Amino acid sequence: MSYIFKLDKVKYKNILNIDNLHIKEGIITCLLGESGSGKTTLLRLLNDLISPTEGSILYKNKNIVDMNPVELRRKVLMLGQTPITFEGTIRENFNMALEFSEKEKAEDDILQKYLDISNLNKSLDHNAKEMSGGERQRLALARVLLLDGEVLLLDEPSSALDEDTEKFVIESVVKYAKDNNKSVIMVTHSSLIAKEYGDEIIRMNKGGTIDE
Amino acid sequence: MSDIVDIGILQLITAYIFVIILLFIVRLKGINREKEIVIASIRMTLQLVLIGYVLVYIFENPSPLLTLIIIGIMETFAIFNIFKRVRRNISTKLKGMIAIAMVVGTFTSILYFLFVVVRIQPWYKPQYFIPLAGMLIGNSMTGISLGVDRLIDGFHSRKEEVETALMLGASSKKAAKRIVNNAFDSAIMPTINSMMGMGIVFLPGMMTGQILSGTSPLTSIKYQIAIMLGIMGSVSLTVIIFLQLGYKTFFNDREQLDV
Ligand SMILES: Nc1ncnc2c1ncn2[C@@H]1O[C@H](COP(=O)(O)OP(=O)(O)O)[C@@H](O)[C@H]1O
Ligand SMILES: [Mg+2]
Repeated sequence: MSYIFKLDKVKYKNILNIDNLHIKEGIITCLLGESGSGKTTLLRLLNDLISPTEGSILYKNKNIVDMNPVELRRKVLMLGQTPITFEGTIRENFNMALEFSEKEKAEDDILQKYLDISNLNKSLDHNAKEMSGGERQRLALARVLLLDGEVLLLDEPSSALDEDTEKFVIESVVKYAKDNNKSVIMVTHSSLIAKEYGDEIIRMNKGGTIDE
Repeated sequence: MSDIVDIGILQLITAYIFVIILLFIVRLKGINREKEIVIASIRMTLQLVLIGYVLVYIFENPSPLLTLIIIGIMETFAIFNIFKRVRRNISTKLKGMIAIAMVVGTFTSILYFLFVVVRIQPWYKPQYFIPLAGMLIGNSMTGISLGVDRLIDGFHSRKEEVETALMLGASSKKAAKRIVNNAFDSAIMPTINSMMGMGIVFLPGMMTGQILSGTSPLTSIKYQIAIMLGIMGSVSLTVIIFLQLGYKTFFNDREQLDV
């Protein structure tokens, strides 16, 4: 099995201090740890939204500083912890994401498929600003899945969902990832979810260190 | 048309009675602005007297060098005025971009205007060059100030939106597009609005001045039309150059948001 990410002596300010971390390709990796332990910071480093102050991050054995950041982000897509939707309808939100990644607009039935995966029962013409937090979170999830990257960095993708919806959504995302051979790195607050769906679990400690 | 009515010194002094009446009213109403009114009146008078003598000297000794020095002074004042007008913190890099945009944008517009539209001979004839350059620079200054304000504001209030776009694989250019377009809109709206109301809501200052000094209204509207188009061109050009250079200062070379 090959590794999608290798981190070597990575430090980020005094927030993160990871001596050595290998993340495998094609599986679900769950990140657990109390709030403030640096989970979001780690995902942001992998998405190249911030750069480590020390150490190196390899993506498929290539140091990400030698890669074009925009091209990297089109392969390693991230869903942020606070889901942000853009002005306009659900369809326009999808199309904007496709435009960001310089992909062709998609037909409605394809968009609908992604709404189904994230269990969002809304018309494509629905105004994205007139949705609840949980609905927006699922739209943001569907939007990032649509872009068809190689890796999905999901930062607490179900934090605004009730227990039943959460279970359904995570299950269907995991199934989608397995069927399409995606690597998923998912932050979750729930060790139950991590145990049930994570092929690997990474625990982060308060000082931004990890034990596998 | 040379029967220009000059105002005598004594007549001019009567205009100050206006100020005294105003001071009276202000005091009566208990508005605490006497000091500002007096200072503003005095400053205005001194500054205009001073510039009057400077202009007389320049008009009598026209030279390309002097003209360039004056435009340099105007640009410098305009640029520092922008820094002062924008109430937000402007990064050093952004200040540099403001300066570049002002100089390149207004210079291009002034040159086009003087050599192609007005075609004055010689090109540095101060009677034309100075007021025309002043109007283009002044309006571009106002435009850029608004643009700077909206750009900085946009990157702060829409920070998460920009990062979301980056997370979805957007280039910094695409991620900043909305903010840049909004800033452009608010920067040129005052110019567009003033064109809309021109001649109906108000008579523009330059035209009023020309008419008062005896020019035919038909000549002065031609100048006014030309100068308004020049102003719009100059404002748009400087703001576009500023925004194109300016948004980049909010990102680093890894296309990460750097605010
Ligand atoms: N932009 C930032 N600048 C400085 N400190 C930050 C920033 N973002 C987060 N932190 C700090 O870094 C630590 C880790 O934050 P974060 O990665 O968000 O943790 P988690 O996602 O595990 O809750 C926290 O102590 C937080 O206060
Ligand atoms: Mg977090």
